[in-house]
Amino acid sequence: MNENAVNSIQEQALDPKDFQIQGADTASAELFARKPVTYWRDAWRRFFENKLAVVALCLLIVITLCTIFVPIFSSHSISAHDLLNRKQWPSAQHWFGTDDLGRDLFVRVWAGGRVSIIIGVLGAAIVAVVGCIYGGIAAYFGGKVDMLMMRIVEILSSVPNLLVVIMMSVVLESSSIPTLLFAMTVTGWCPIARLVRSQMLQISRSEYVMAARLMGVSPLKIVVRHMIPNTFSVIIVAVTFRIPGLIFGEAFLSNVGLGVQPPNTSWGALSSAAQSSLLYYPYMMFFPALLIALTMLSFTLMGDGLRDALDPKLRR
Amino acid sequence: MAKFILKRILYMLVVLFCVITLTFFLVHSIPGDPITSMVQDLPIETRDLYLQKYGFDQPLIVQYVKFIQQLLTGDLGQSLRYPGRQVVDIVANYAPVSGIIGGIALAIGFAVGILLGIIAALNRNRWPDRLVMVLALLGTTIPTFVFAAVLQYVFTVTVPLFPTTGWGTWGHLVLPVACMCVGPLASYARYMRSSVLDITNQDFILTAEAKGVSSFRIVSRHIFRNSFLPCITMICTSIAGIFSGSFIIESIFAIPGLGKYFISAINDRDYSVVLGLNIIFTGTYILSILVCDILLAIIDPRIRIAEEN
Amino acid sequence: MDSLLTVKNLNVSFNTYAGEVKAVRGVSFDLGVKEALAMVGESGCGKTVTSKAVMRLLSRSGGIIKEGSRIEFMGQDILGLSTRELNRIRGSKMSMIFQDSMTSLNPTMTIGNQIMENIFTHEKTTRQKARERAIELLKLVEIPNPETRLKNYPHQLSGGMRQRVMIAIALALNPSLLIADEPTTALDVTIQAQLMDLLRSLKERFSMSVILVTHDLGVVADFADKVQVMYAGTIVERGTVDEIFDSPRHPYTWALLSSIPGRAQESKSKLYSLQGTPPDLLLPLQQCPFAPRCQYCMPICKKAIPKENFLTDTHGVACWLQHPMAPKVTPPAGIGGYDHE
Repeated sequence: MNENAVNSIQEQALDPKDFQIQGADTASAELFARKPVTYWRDAWRRFFENKLAVVALCLLIVITLCTIFVPIFSSHSISAHDLLNRKQWPSAQHWFGTDDLGRDLFVRVWAGGRVSIIIGVLGAAIVAVVGCIYGGIAAYFGGKVDMLMMRIVEILSSVPNLLVVIMMSVVLESSSIPTLLFAMTVTGWCPIARLVRSQMLQISRSEYVMAARLMGVSPLKIVVRHMIPNTFSVIIVAVTFRIPGLIFGEAFLSNVGLGVQPPNTSWGALSSAAQSSLLYYPYMMFFPALLIALTMLSFTLMGDGLRDALDPKLRR
Repeated sequence: MAKFILKRILYMLVVLFCVITLTFFLVHSIPGDPITSMVQDLPIETRDLYLQKYGFDQPLIVQYVKFIQQLLTGDLGQSLRYPGRQVVDIVANYAPVSGIIGGIALAIGFAVGILLGIIAALNRNRWPDRLVMVLALLGTTIPTFVFAAVLQYVFTVTVPLFPTTGWGTWGHLVLPVACMCVGPLASYARYMRSSVLDITNQDFILTAEAKGVSSFRIVSRHIFRNSFLPCITMICTSIAGIFSGSFIIESIFAIPGLGKYFISAINDRDYSVVLGLNIIFTGTYILSILVCDILLAIIDPRIRIAEEN
Repeated sequence: MDSLLTVKNLNVSFNTYAGEVKAVRGVSFDLGVKEALAMVGESGCGKTVTSKAVMRLLSRSGGIIKEGSRIEFMGQDILGLSTRELNRIRGSKMSMIFQDSMTSLNPTMTIGNQIMENIFTHEKTTRQKARERAIELLKLVEIPNPETRLKNYPHQLSGGMRQRVMIAIALALNPSLLIADEPTTALDVTIQAQLMDLLRSLKERFSMSVILVTHDLGVVADFADKVQVMYAGTIVERGTVDEIFDSPRHPYTWALLSSIPGRAQESKSKLYSLQGTPPDLLLPLQQCPFAPRCQYCMPICKKAIPKENFLTDTHGVACWLQHPMAPKVTPPAGIGGYDHE
């Protein structure tokens, strides 16, 4: 408080008009308060203030666009052998070099990226949908249904995830993308289902839902107005963090020979093919490995950004 | 407490039984018989002989009962590819190798990760924090096989300080252990950091401050214990990973461990070995989760008291 | 009366993404030995921040005590102390109890250890002696079976019990000053009364000075010697309990007094509720902070901040209504024994 200013006003001859009672002015009190910020707008702003997350998002967009368009517009073919130009180091002709059959790695890396990204994103979507439905049903019915459903989840998740993936791809005896997706999501939805259920239960026990119920708000409206928005943010974050795991899972399967089969390829298959000649032709390993790492890094950073942006606890 | 442990053990057995049953039927649902899928051009008579020998000609349910009976006597079955080779022997021979590498890697990853996480949290938003977090981020996002390839390349081409493949001397341990501890180390560091930050913002830290407790004692007595508790769950899941998580590392570094054997059994389509090893992996996983539950109940009074009531 | 604590021109700010929030703006007050001071106001008025500043407990929450602020306790300049010197005073000469006893106690430490921790921090003593002292303290705060309770964890106790444990911790070393930050807010009404009775008797027994931070004027009357009413980080009215309750002068104090259920019922009027919200502390103040919500608002109130005007040695009011040119205003019915001059 600036006491001098106050004194000077008090010592001046004051206008008697200044001393007429006008009463409370709540309208100006509202003006006086800060503008309210809605949750999603605030989350949006927080996310875009996080430079790392934005860079990661841009990187992901660039990588995705490349995987879509490079194989379409490139003059090189994905599978055409060129035995005269085998094992060429990166050059103006072949930006990422060629492999042991003379195929252009630049095209192959981006084409392989399609598999990795499709599995990552689609897998996460499947996991999210199945997890939400399962968890939602368990939470909605509660009681015995809930207990039985959660026991099933517990049993399914007591097998290490990687083992399930291996077992499934051994059993299914095929390495098409749908099979891989199935193998990786068959138990992958369990953590999401748990998350959704606990979040739903927590919200349905909260005071504001109780208040809404007492006021006679219909169950459907409660689900739409309270349950979904409040669970949504948590699910988005959890699902984003699952994408790197799925991409790694595909790379792992291809690495042990259970993933996509030639002539189709993926980043995991490319880097595992490069493993044997690593000492002489490290560039074959370098590019697919770099892209796996970059993509996983970007998804993780984006997940971090989303979590910070959506976590209501961090809001002031 | 005894009742709680007993309950958990019983529950674990039920889960294990379910998993074994599921895996058994899963493996046996593979189209065609295991012998043909392994060797195609076998004369019919020889094939039938093999099928009879392994009991594959019997109805599935009979096979299942027999399998469970064998299991109860500690017999996990034998290899289809290498007749006479028992799965139990495979485990006895190869598990210690995986155990040594995985154990050392986990111990290093855990100790260093927790330490780095605490250092990062206590220096929040200063350079040690930033450095640790960048390293941890790289550690969680670079796949192990990429990391392994880089190490192999560096230590073969530029500095041949340690052997890059094989098994036998202490030197052989260095690179695989380094590869294997990166992942856990990074995730422990990240997890511990957020856990410490979470506890630091709790009201009871303010109470300790108001008591005049020194910052060192606040960290050692109040923050550490409380933020360490959630990490116990993580350790237990990674103990299970000692045996199952090292598939790629063991293959790349040509280490005769369980993981490598598992991968070659898959490539050989040696189903009985796959089935047997899968049971072992899942068993260790469930067992370590059980140990973790009990440990947590001993350490955390809140769980202990909730269970007793 | 000897002065135990002197706060002069205390300014505390928090840096948030939206800018600097000035939570406390130029607060000054004195507290004598054995005196009980109540700081009253609605949430966000700066009363808790002021009390935490006295113990320098703001660093973890990001609060910055501004240059030019001064806090003197038992002749020592609190803001100039090193952490080590400060830790010697915290918990022994002055201690604090917090609002939420569930989160304010370490969940993984027995309450015995939490009490003894305070003793060990400040005294070299044997474990046996510290334990005896802890039992004695638990008896003092009227917890039955102190020997067994010592081994309990916080979540095994009820809310009222936990708050008693908090008091036991705070009193372990006979402090000269106890700061109680909304000690009864999280408890139900009957327990509230018991706890206030306990605090009152302990205050006499230990000859302590107490700062009671509360938003409930109801508990103040029987407890405090002095009251200061805070609004938007400033003190708008201060005085002895009698002065505040019998002849309050500030419209905000009137509003607070008329919203105490018991008092409003006496006059058979409807329970009063003050409209609107306190101002955003991000903005610099150029007017009376209460002006927008004040029923007696005058044009001058929106032009300049009123200066604090002392009617007696103890009774100060920061309101333009006290200016000689202002019209004479009577407080709402049922407030104080205001004589119409």
